[in-house]
Order: sequence, then structure tokens, then C-alpha cells
Amino acid sequence: MRISELANPSRFLRTANLAIPWLGGATAIVLAFAIYRAMLAPDDYQQGATVKIMFLHVPSAWLGMLCWGLMTIAAFGTLIWRHPLADVAAKAAAPLGAAFTLLCLVTGSLWGRPEWGTYWVWDARLTSELILFLLYLGVIALWRTVEDASRAARAVAILTLVGAIDLPIIKFSVDWWNTLHQGASVFRLGGSTIDPTILIPLLLMAAAFTLLFVTLLLAAMRNEILRRRVRTLRLLQASAAG
Amino acid sequence: MPATAHIEFIIAAYGAGVVVIVALIAWVMFDYRLQRRILAELEATGVSRRSARDAAEQTASDGA
Repeated sequence: MRISELANPSRFLRTANLAIPWLGGATAIVLAFAIYRAMLAPDDYQQGATVKIMFLHVPSAWLGMLCWGLMTIAAFGTLIWRHPLADVAAKAAAPLGAAFTLLCLVTGSLWGRPEWGTYWVWDARLTSELILFLLYLGVIALWRTVEDASRAARAVAILTLVGAIDLPIIKFSVDWWNTLHQGASVFRLGGSTIDPTILIPLLLMAAAFTLLFVTLLLAAMRNEILRRRVRTLRLLQASAAG
Repeated sequence: MPATAHIEFIIAAYGAGVVVIVALIAWVMFDYRLQRRILAELEATGVSRRSARDAAEQTASDGA
């Protein structure tokens, strides 16, 4: 089956109904194994046991950014290609991205207190990540404010494209400014600077979180399609009654 | 540094992780059941989408 065939909402629902249980099972297995490996990981020579917070913090940060990246592609789908599932995907993804970004901020603060001596600093990386969270809240609010779904989709798509400017700022903030937050240590030219005993559990957790995200996104998209069918039926019911 | 140093921060971080993940899973599951229930109630009143009616008519004519 071609990806374009999934543009039909009914076909998408059938595919999602088949995929969600398998993806959920795979997520549970990979997440359990990743947590097991994370708990066995040795303490860092500088951070001590608090390095274990990184196994939650880093994948959450990646997913918060990945989710906005997907919403950016969906925004093009809404504005240019008028793909019928583009705004469904964007609307379903926003609460997930907000949740992972919030988890990134909370775990980062909980790591910062023992390591930096403070829960928060107005550092370029932390501030740009907070802006991403506020952008997610703005998108969610916009969906709820504009009643007409197609107008809301276009407004959200424009906000998403503007907000995408924040993604490179988050990524390169540690290079462009003198920040308290550490520089890139996983994906960088010259290879990772992290020891494999910590890097492997970190990548496993990232894989588990990504699987979780995909499962939740499909489930949330399925819910959004059903919600739109409910709205259509209510309108038909109201017009029949009128 | 002892192994239990800053354990309260680690527990709080993993607690936050559990809360966020469980809340997301509960949200999509609850929403799915809610939308399915509302759809079933609406369809029980006899109202249906045009595409659903067309599909039902096509299935009936194929079977005839």
C-alpha cells in the first residue's frame, strides 16, 4: 500500500486499528528493556547517579523538537498540498509535543538543582526550550479558539511555520551563545563523547520514547478523525431536525 | 559520591516521567472510548454520513 492511499481517513482508521496494538506491545517491550539497561548504567564520574535523569531528559527534548518538525511538515501539507490528514496529524501531535517538552523542562530542572545549584537559569538553551513549550500551548489554544476547523488549520499551520524558527535556535543555542547548558555530546562531528555504558541505554530510551510517540500519535489521530465524524453527524442531525 | 546522593531528584524526575506517560495513554484511551460511544449513540438515532450510506448501499448491491 502506498503512503498516499492512507490519505483516505477510513483507510487510515483501518491501518491504525491494526498497527496500534502491535506498536503498543513493541513500545512496552523496548521501554522495559531500556529502563532495565538505564538502571544498570554506572554513575557518571562528574554527575554521579543524577546522570540517570538524562535517560528521561534527553529523549524528551528530542521528541519535543521532532514533534514540532512533524507539525511543520504537516503545516506544508495543510497550506500547499491540502492533504486531508495533515491538519488531523498536526492537531493530534500538539498535546504530545507539549507533554514531552514539559517533561524535558521538569527533568532538566530536577537535574539542574543538584548539578548547577539552581532549578532554572535564563540560559539560551533553557529559554528557547521554554519558548517551544509556550508555542505548543499557543497552537493548542488556537485550535480551541477558532471554531471552523479549516480556518483553524490554516492559522495553526502559519503559527507552526513561524515557530519552526525556534528549532535551529534550540539546537545551536549552545554553540551561538555562552550557555550554562552543555554542548552537543551525542550527535556531533567527530562522534559522541559519551561512554557506551551510558550512551547505549540513552539510545534505547530514545527508541522507546519514539515508539511511544508514534503509537500515541496514531491513536490521537484516530480519535481526531472520530471527533470530526461526530461533528458531521451532529450537524446532519441538527439540519434534519431544523 | 555515594550511590544514593540526590536520590530525591532522580525519584522526582522518574515520577514526573510516569505521570506524563500515564496521563497521555489515559487521555488517548479515554478519548477513543468517548468518541466511539458518541458515534454509536448518534448512529442509533438513524443519522449517518453520506459516505457511510454509500458504502452500505454498495455492499447491499454487491450482495444482491
